[in-house]
Amino acid sequence: MRAQGLSHSYRDAHGRSVQALDEVSLEVRTGELLAVVGPSGCGKTTLLELICGLQDPDGGSLQAAPAVLMPQRDLLLPWLDALDNASLALRIAGASRAQARRSAHAMFAELGLDGFEKAAPAELSGGMRQRVAFLRTLLSGKPLLCLDEPFGALDAITRAEMQEWLAGALVREPRAVLLVTHDVEEAALLADAVVVLSPRPGRVLDRLVLDSPRPRRRSDEQVLALRSRALEVLASGSGR
Amino acid sequence: MSSRAVPLPASTRAPRRRARPLGSRLLAPFVLLLALLGAWELYVVLSGVQRELLPAPHEVASAIWHGGAPLWRNFAVTAEEVLLGLALALAVGFGLAVAMHLWPALRRAAYPLAVGSQAVPIPVIGVLLVFWWGFGIFPKLVVIALICFFPVLVTTVDALSSVEEDQLKLMRTLDASRWQAFRLAELPAALPAALSGARVALAVGVIGAFIAEVATPTTGAYPGLGRQIMTDVNLQAARAYAGTAVLVAFALLCFHSLALVERRLAPWRGRAAGAHQ
Repeated sequence: MRAQGLSHSYRDAHGRSVQALDEVSLEVRTGELLAVVGPSGCGKTTLLELICGLQDPDGGSLQAAPAVLMPQRDLLLPWLDALDNASLALRIAGASRAQARRSAHAMFAELGLDGFEKAAPAELSGGMRQRVAFLRTLLSGKPLLCLDEPFGALDAITRAEMQEWLAGALVREPRAVLLVTHDVEEAALLADAVVVLSPRPGRVLDRLVLDSPRPRRRSDEQVLALRSRALEVLASGSGR
Repeated sequence: MSSRAVPLPASTRAPRRRARPLGSRLLAPFVLLLALLGAWELYVVLSGVQRELLPAPHEVASAIWHGGAPLWRNFAVTAEEVLLGLALALAVGFGLAVAMHLWPALRRAAYPLAVGSQAVPIPVIGVLLVFWWGFGIFPKLVVIALICFFPVLVTTVDALSSVEEDQLKLMRTLDASRWQAFRLAELPAALPAALSGARVALAVGVIGAFIAEVATPTTGAYPGLGRQIMTDVNLQAARAYAGTAVLVAFALLCFHSLALVERRLAPWRGRAAGAHQ
């Protein structure tokens, strides 16, 4: 995926035009995880929706492989059980319910959800729901995953577990990943490169590269260094 | 550190609603009913109100007991009208709601007419219905459907359009067609609301049948309980009240039967609360 000079505005409730993104350029390759960090309201969600083709940009060029969005909330369908929710994309692609369940089951078990196939979404913990939602995203088969603050709603412990788990899942199942987050540490733990956006309208303030091996720890020197560097950039960006 | 999953022990899963035993749920309404019947009986005895105006409950009970063919054959006619009329109302209300949802222009065009249809005094069109379809059951079904489709239509249209924008975006990003998004996300979301609408329709369906029988004449020995009540009301008050009591009981039975159907068709409804954090 390569985006160059992406700009986008939308109309607010009063009909005024609000610029969300200003000339944002990004690039991510298969097997890479690019994290996008920025303050709330800097147009991160808009950026993902542009890349996933849910909105059209006002300006700039975008070459993207088919991309799938994992929204902030899990949005599991309450009338489907966990395995049906996970295999939704397969049914949309034309598989029967039984086929879809069968093909999804191996990964379902791999994600530690074995035994919860028939659980309703309301019976799952937050972390498990997020894993079902992630599997649903993965099974769409698209080469580019756009994850919109996937762990934002989880408590700190579950969140740390899920970050480890995501790193593992991406080793087994390499894709190009765009991870939007407001958590700089999460970005430093997981990403190959981190793009820092300014407050609205979102512009690229800096692009920081990490090449330390995984799995990383919060206390690794490079993680700490990137974290403080990114926070500095964020602070200078909002202090304009 | 290895990547690991932590399944929840079964005991921390969200509890399902536990149904209380039938006996204890029936107790309160039964006590209230008995109290009201007692007050009614007392009022009739003490006030000396004319029995042609207000029969005592025991007289109504006796009229039900001795109702025989006029009561039960007429009831069978009315019950058939109610059930078939409601089926027609559900089909029309739900079908129209889906069509309005998929074609907003139709919604804008037809919604005001649907609202307006509820203000039409049925006797105005009764004669026309009979002119078109004769003295049989069909004109009655049309009247019942006209009265009952509306709650189904309104609840279903609202529920279909209350599906979140984010949910539809999700379906799009998974490459769902408009039809797939409708079938997988919108239709199931609307089902509980449609069933609630159907329950309201059921509750008014019985009075709908009464209006239908009064507004469109019938030939034959048993014109239905509504007509029978209208005949009885001036001379045989106890029989009129007996017929009314049977209709009320029937409406209650229908209403609660549908609640059972609802639990079958939309079991996620009671436990969906925690699904979106």
